[in-house]
Amino acid sequence: MIEVKEVSKSFGAQDVLKKISCLFEAGKNNLIIGKSGSGKTVLLKSIVGLLAPSSGHVFFDGKDYVAMNSRDKNEIRREIGMLFQGGALFDSLTVEENVRFPLDMFTNLSLSDKVDRVNEVLKRVNLVNANHKFPSQLSGGMQKRTGIARAIVMNPKYLFCDEPNSGLDPQTSIVIDELIMEITEEYKITTITNTHDMNSVITNGDKIVFLHLGEKHWEGTKETLFEADNKELIDFIFASDFLKEARDVRVQKLKSQWKK
Amino acid sequence: MYWKETMVQMVNIGVGSLIIILIISFFIGAVSSVQFAYNLSGSMVPMYFVGYVVKESLILELAPTVSCLILAGKVGSNLASELGTMRLTEQIDALEIMGVNTFSYLIGPKLAAAIIMIPILVTISATTGIVGGLFAGSLTGYVSQTDYMQGVLMGFLAKNIWVMITKATVFGFVLTSISCYQGFYAHGSAIEIGKASTRAVVLSCIMVLLSDFILTWLLLN
Repeated sequence: MIEVKEVSKSFGAQDVLKKISCLFEAGKNNLIIGKSGSGKTVLLKSIVGLLAPSSGHVFFDGKDYVAMNSRDKNEIRREIGMLFQGGALFDSLTVEENVRFPLDMFTNLSLSDKVDRVNEVLKRVNLVNANHKFPSQLSGGMQKRTGIARAIVMNPKYLFCDEPNSGLDPQTSIVIDELIMEITEEYKITTITNTHDMNSVITNGDKIVFLHLGEKHWEGTKETLFEADNKELIDFIFASDFLKEARDVRVQKLKSQWKK
Repeated sequence: MYWKETMVQMVNIGVGSLIIILIISFFIGAVSSVQFAYNLSGSMVPMYFVGYVVKESLILELAPTVSCLILAGKVGSNLASELGTMRLTEQIDALEIMGVNTFSYLIGPKLAAAIIMIPILVTISATTGIVGGLFAGSLTGYVSQTDYMQGVLMGFLAKNIWVMITKATVFGFVLTSISCYQGFYAHGSAIEIGKASTRAVVLSCIMVLLSDFILTWLLLN
């Protein structure tokens, strides 16, 4: 479980996050949604410690991560897996070496045990026969799967995904979403995903936090999303003219039904 | 992992720069030999002095300084752009999230490799330059091989070798740390990688020349 308590972040005079508080539960896929520039990535980076919050606290299972010294932070970080927007795979290493990297750094396993573990997670993310390929030889979807495999190879307690669907076609996006959801349930990890993909929101949103201009405007689940009365959230959900028209048609239909 | 990374960097910096160092050093020695021989021709100074002057100038100044200026361009820009790309594509963030000390993992091996390999490259450069001078002197007919070698073997001072090694080690540290700093703290868009590389090369060259002056003053005083 991760608890964010009144986290603010400013860059100079610009306040990017304003006293955000929320609770992300274990075994659930928690989504941070919002328009570009709403502060999603800054919040995610503040939670994982890539950015230091200007004020506020982040608790990982009750431990105050912001107040920790760097040694304790590194202990927590070894329980974190992160999927980056662009994959962030190491260019000079093959798929196998990329996934094996955390095992090489932090475990004393034999090479054959490491390779077995790598093959196990690569199979889990449906990436077979790609062990010896370099990141530049992979498609966007394969890079994301390699990123997920690297993120879960150490059996993390917390998984962070920064816009996992960006740059992917709709079908591959669904595959990646399903994979994240399955892994979250299977390993009972606390997953926080940062997205503006509505398909992900509808299918994966066990818990949803909506940010607008650095403030938390709404919090709920995918079941309660369409009942929300927050104007910014409604504008975000029904962003395209097509969806707005579809909503208006639906509203008109409902009104005519009520008149009858 | 750190040892493996250091070995990789030693190959990149050392073996990767060997050809250019060999070519440039050979011609620096050759040109120095011909120029000194031309200046001495018709004078009372014996021609074997060409070998002595070429050797001394290569060991004390040309091999460490010119080699490190070349390495500032080749290795410096390479390091800055490699680290800059890693920063911009979030590879450094990925390492930090894993709990890796990015400074010691990414910069430590590069510094260690440069401090080991650059003095070796500079020693090779001085030797190649002397050989270049020997070939050029005899090829142009200015100075015979026997005279040249007599000059090379004349008045050998071990201290000068230590001056060369000290200079090479300091220059190696200076150019690697400046280049790594520029790359590691690059931010913004892809255009910043180019700017970081340029800054790395320019600053490294200036700092190599400045430290050359200070070291020459301190070590030869």
